[in-house]
Amino acid sequence: MLSKRVIPCLDVRNGILTKGVKFKDNVDIGDPVATAKMYYEQGADEIVFYDITASSEGRGIFLDVVERVASEIFIPFSVGGGINSVEDMRAVLLAGAEKVSVNSGAVKNPDIISQGAAAFGSQCIVLGMDVKRVPKSELIPSGFEIVINGGRKFMGIDALDWAKTCEALGAGEICLNSIDADGTKDGYDLELTKLISESVTVPVIASGGAGHPQHMVDAVTEGRASAALIASIVHYGEYTLPQLKEYMASKGVKTRSTW
Amino acid sequence: MLAILDYKAGNQTSVQRALNKLGIPNVITSSPDVLANATGIIFPGVGAAGQAMDELTSGGLDELLKDLVAQKKPLLGICVGCQILLDYSEENDTKALSVIPGECRLFNPSWVDYEGTPIRVPHMGWNQIELKQDCILFKDIDPNAYFYFVHSYYPAPEEKFIIGETTYGRPFCSLHGREGLWAVQFHPEKSGTPGLKLLSNFYEYCKEASDA
Repeated sequence: MLSKRVIPCLDVRNGILTKGVKFKDNVDIGDPVATAKMYYEQGADEIVFYDITASSEGRGIFLDVVERVASEIFIPFSVGGGINSVEDMRAVLLAGAEKVSVNSGAVKNPDIISQGAAAFGSQCIVLGMDVKRVPKSELIPSGFEIVINGGRKFMGIDALDWAKTCEALGAGEICLNSIDADGTKDGYDLELTKLISESVTVPVIASGGAGHPQHMVDAVTEGRASAALIASIVHYGEYTLPQLKEYMASKGVKTRSTW
Repeated sequence: MLAILDYKAGNQTSVQRALNKLGIPNVITSSPDVLANATGIIFPGVGAAGQAMDELTSGGLDELLKDLVAQKKPLLGICVGCQILLDYSEENDTKALSVIPGECRLFNPSWVDYEGTPIRVPHMGWNQIELKQDCILFKDIDPNAYFYFVHSYYPAPEEKFIIGETTYGRPFCSLHGREGLWAVQFHPEKSGTPGLKLLSNFYEYCKEASDA
């Protein structure tokens, strides 16, 4: 039976981890490669990297990080941030990433999804969606709107429509991030997660709001997600990955229990 | 030395990184001589079956692969490389290599999983293998180990070639072939320690076969 995935997310700027991660023992502070390796050894099912570098110089450093990660961890990992063209996709895939996550680049140019799927296969094209709750309206009937720039810019696109559109264009997976829940540690937006998960056939990764392992259980049961993205809950050492997985298993969730 | 077959539809570099980690000598190649002299061949693959077959046939690699299999050269097909060893794939209505009898079919989204909901396509994530026959590739691997899958089509070979099955809505064949010719639907190069062990077992088999 297919297990539910637990996916730590690492934000990288100029080749260094942002958001202080509470490291243990021999892991160098702020090294994304060492951190990825630590999570790999602790049973992460996948790892997501977001490059939040602005400069092109930083981009080169990031690609070097991707290459070093690919030589150290033997589970799938995806890369997002700054993906605006098929060439951007090619660069990170060649550097060793399994999947590439496209977010605002797809909002600006949806064809990038079909182009990427044609060039590399749908299995490696992840649609990253940043979503905010808004009043239901004719324009946004679901009450969930697509936003970019960390939630500062509203795009006038209904999140439900967008998910279906991008699935039809060839996205093989959706990483669904609630801007409202992000950083609250109050749990994922289950209404949003369920709405999108039940409206597409590709896997959905719930993102934003995990503060307790029960939130992850809720995301993959009530929310119907295939995976739970986590950040601070594990970065700050509140829980280890094995603890999170054990908790989920104790609640009847199928997780990968040996690695 | 293991040869990783080089054709555009493959994920050769991921396989190479895994072999490098294991210290297994390897080369990415499409050279007939290098392939013929290798102790074993890994036939990787991602993407679509039609495109993969086009790349193979345009370079004449399809006939070469069949010849090498006929000469009992050990071969491990991965993902799309596993699927197109069969006769046919529903993906892109593709006539495949016919090294192993059978075909490759699209998952039916009306199949229901253990939670009582329709399965998602692609089958993406970690799942387990139930061995139907003994397989040397699984030597010293925990029978409960998980492997990483990502695919929308699944192999359906003739029954006697089914070595292992995985359940996704229904049981499907995730490992097929015979001794020395194995095809895995999952990605051992992305399946952590058990996947690396499987690759290492394949290399050990290849070495013994070439010494014999």
